[in-house]
Formats: sequence, structure tokens, C-alpha cells
Amino acid sequence: MDLSYTKEVLKHLKSPKNMGKIKNPSGEGMVGNRVCGDIMKMYLKIIKNEKGEEIISDIKFQTLGCGAAIATSSVLTTLAKGKTVEEALKISKDDIIKALGGLPAIKVHCSILADEALKKAVEDFRSKK
Amino acid sequence: MKSIYLDYAATTPVDLSVIKKMQPFFDTIFGNPSEIHKWGAKASEGIKNARSQISQALNCNPTEITYTSCATESINLSHKGLIEAFSHPNHPIPPNLPHIITSSIEHKAVLETCKHLEKLGWAKVTYLPVDEYGLVSVAEVEKAITPQTTLISLMYVNNEVGTIQPIAEIGKLLKTKYPKIYFHTDATQALPYLDCDVKKLNVDLLSFTGHKIYAPKGIGGLYIKSGVPVIRQQDGGSQENNLRAGTESVPLIVGLGQAVELVIKNRAKESSRLKALQKNLISQLVIVPGIQLTGPKTNRAPHIASFIVKDVEGEAMMLLLSDLGIAVSTGSACNSQILTSSHVLEAMGIKAEDSHGSLRLSLGKDTTKQDIEYAISCVKKVVLNLRKMSPVFDEEENALSEVEGLH
Repeated sequence: MDLSYTKEVLKHLKSPKNMGKIKNPSGEGMVGNRVCGDIMKMYLKIIKNEKGEEIISDIKFQTLGCGAAIATSSVLTTLAKGKTVEEALKISKDDIIKALGGLPAIKVHCSILADEALKKAVEDFRSKK
Repeated sequence: MKSIYLDYAATTPVDLSVIKKMQPFFDTIFGNPSEIHKWGAKASEGIKNARSQISQALNCNPTEITYTSCATESINLSHKGLIEAFSHPNHPIPPNLPHIITSSIEHKAVLETCKHLEKLGWAKVTYLPVDEYGLVSVAEVEKAITPQTTLISLMYVNNEVGTIQPIAEIGKLLKTKYPKIYFHTDATQALPYLDCDVKKLNVDLLSFTGHKIYAPKGIGGLYIKSGVPVIRQQDGGSQENNLRAGTESVPLIVGLGQAVELVIKNRAKESSRLKALQKNLISQLVIVPGIQLTGPKTNRAPHIASFIVKDVEGEAMMLLLSDLGIAVSTGSACNSQILTSSHVLEAMGIKAEDSHGSLRLSLGKDTTKQDIEYAISCVKKVVLNLRKMSPVFDEEENALSEVEGLH
């Protein structure tokens, strides 16, 4: 079985984008657990533009997990940043895989938690409103 | 870009002298050793010489060595072949099923072979627990013995944590009190560093492989003490004393013989050299907060150093170290093809959430003091970087950056 990662995955692992915390975030969401190995936390800063749309002006992640878990978190933040909340919620696991140029099959189900963490962060934001 | 290989327990490069010895057997001395013409006889001579080199290393008779393709095959031949022999008319059939005793930290080759024999209904198997250091207790072995016990199989050195099992002690116990039980040891990791004299160990069967001792992949061997009933598992011609059919891979066999001779010659010197490097590696890594040694502090093979790193996942650690030019290995589930964590660490009582952070560095003939120093600084750097990424690591509580030597 091929377990090897694409160059894009390794690039994100080596130099993750938008890694860290946001102080006083508009919303935050954490998914995963230590036993399965991956824990992911997303932080969102959401502002309204002139049209009154909710825009993700900043997004940061923290991840404890394998190469795929870190790379999928990192790439999701790049996909979601600057988008409206509605657009960001439409980012699918397939979009994440495509942006990374593919993922080993075995990693697809266990390592992509980033979209779920994002949804949770949006839920948190909405519950605060 | 540095290139520091610290994964010798996974496999080793082929030694130049081994390649040189093998070279003529690819094109000049290429005959089929089963033929008695000059071409065949020359090839046969190469096989014979290698058998003599190996038998000297193990202190046995050359006829007691059977070539296989790897240690996994040796183990399959040994265990399946022995158990099958007990349904053979020439050997007494025990009143109940043959019983095998092994440990829960064996290599998959042993565990899966035992499971297969259970599934076939040919044997009952006891999987002994180990203590927190991965050690099997001699008393537990004796307690597990039943009148049906036919085979005891224990690894000499554990490949993940480096624990050395008391093979000689168990061998002595069996020889004096239970002479009818056959004793197998998997000496794959032990051969280059520990005494593998089969008479001192009192073993009846011993498995080993070439690619952990600077010979190529695809060649291994099994010591079968004269008189031990083993039925061949690969049928065909009468090669290897009728124990393993198929035309012998002459170049690989010649390489194996040369490699065995080489590691035995260098054993004492290399063991103490690597022990010193290992000591430095372990002592400098265990002082990092959240890094603990797995396996015993002493009584470990000189080439394996293994750790649990808290709040970091092993695969990510391995990939980042690889990027810095260092090859290591991990027992993390995330790095396995079936996403299960290391059965060895689990048997030692290490929790699943901790075994995700497992890290193994294994040393070999080209490892230098400078390599170890560089590896130590890179491990610290990578651990710090990954912890910074982690949502569960509290930087204020664990001021890792204060650790000396961090770049």
C-alpha cells in the first residue's frame, strides 16, 4: 500500500500556514481525541463587509496529529481565509484533498478533521451572536 | 544537506566487502548448484563456504543451517514445520493439541504464524505478557508449560524497544527440566551484537536475516539442531537438505555468509562503540520535558534507542526529521498501514494516546558521534515545533525552550 505523501502535503507540514491561536476569536472549535491521535482546533475572526456579509478575515489552527492531519488543517485555512462563512462551510473533504494533490487512501477517513473543526468554530460563533 | 541514517533496525546498507564477495556469483560463477558439472560445482562451493562461515558464528554443524529468503520465512518454516511434524507418523502424536508458548511482543512473523496454526486447529498458543520494560519473566515461561508444550518461541532482542530476553537462562531451564520442548529464538536484531552460540543459548531453532546485518534483502537463515523434526513448507526439489525447495540464490547466500563473518568479527568492538553513542543519545533526550525512554535502562541492545514523546505524533516527527536529513522510525498507529498502534508498546502498558508519540532511533556501523549530536539537536527542534502546533500543549507549563542546546 502506498503511504507516501505528495510534495504539497510535505510543504504544508514543513511550513504550515496560519498556525497558532487568535486572541478573542469570533468562534473556535475543537474536534478529535487523544486516543485516536488527532486533535484539531480552529480559531475564526469574522467581520461584516459593506454588503453585510460575514467574512472570515482571519483563521488559525492548532493540530496534534500526523502529517496528513497537519497538512489538511493548514490547507483548509488557506482555502477558507477571505471567504464568506457560507462559502467556507461548503469546503469539502474532496476540496481539501484536491488542494493537497491527493492523500494516501488510508488517511482520507481518519485525518481530515479540519472541515469539521471549521464547522464547529462557525457554530460557536453563531451561538455567541 | 545532511544525510544521517538512524534506522538500522529496519534495514542496513550492504557492506562493500559483501558486494565484492557476491559480484562474481552473478555472472562468472552463475551455475545451478544442483548440477554437478564444473559450473554447478563452483556455485555449490560458494554455498558451502557461506554455510561454514555461518555455522562457525553460531557454533553449530554446517548441515544445521538452512537458507531461506528472510527471517519471516525462517520463522514460518520453523514453527509450521515443527508443528506439522507432530502429525507425522514418524513422530509421536501428543494426546492433545501441541502447545506453543510465545510472548506478546514478538515480531508479527511469529505472532501471525502462531495465529495461523491456531486457526488451522494444529496448535494451542499462549502469548505471555511482558513487564513495563518489555521483559518476559522466566518464572512465567515455566508456569505456562503444560505436558503438551511442544515449542517455546521468544525473540532475543525486541526490534522496537531493544529489550534483551534471557534466552540462555530459559534455554538452560528447558534443557535441564523440560528436554522434550523445542526452543526457538528470533535472533534477527541480536546477531550483530550478542552471543548467538546455539550451544550456550541451548536453542533448537534460531532465525536470522541478511538485511539487518549488512547483507542484501531477500536472504535469511534458520538453524535447525540436528534431530529436530521440521517438515519443509515449500515443496519441490531436494535443495537445502530437503528442507526448502527451489534453486538457491547463490549470490545472496554468499553475501549472507560474508556479512555474518563480518558482524561476528566486529561484534565486541561495535557493541561497545554503539553502547557509548546510545548512552549519550538517551541521556540527552530523556532530560527534555515529556520525553521518556521505552524499554530497559540497562540490559538493552546497543543499537536501539526508543522513546515516547508527549504531545507530539510520531509520523509528523518522522517526516520533519526526514526533511532535516535524518531517518528514524515510529510505532505510531498513524504510520501503519492498518492504523493500529504498536502491539509491543501496548503490551508494555503504554497507553494508545502515548504510543502515538513513539520514536525509535537505531544505530549502525556508519553512525558517528557527530551524527548523534546532530540528531539530538534535530529531535529537540522538531519536538518544539510540533508542540507549538499542538492545541493540547501548554507552553507556559512546559518551558521546553529553556532546555540547553536547543537551536
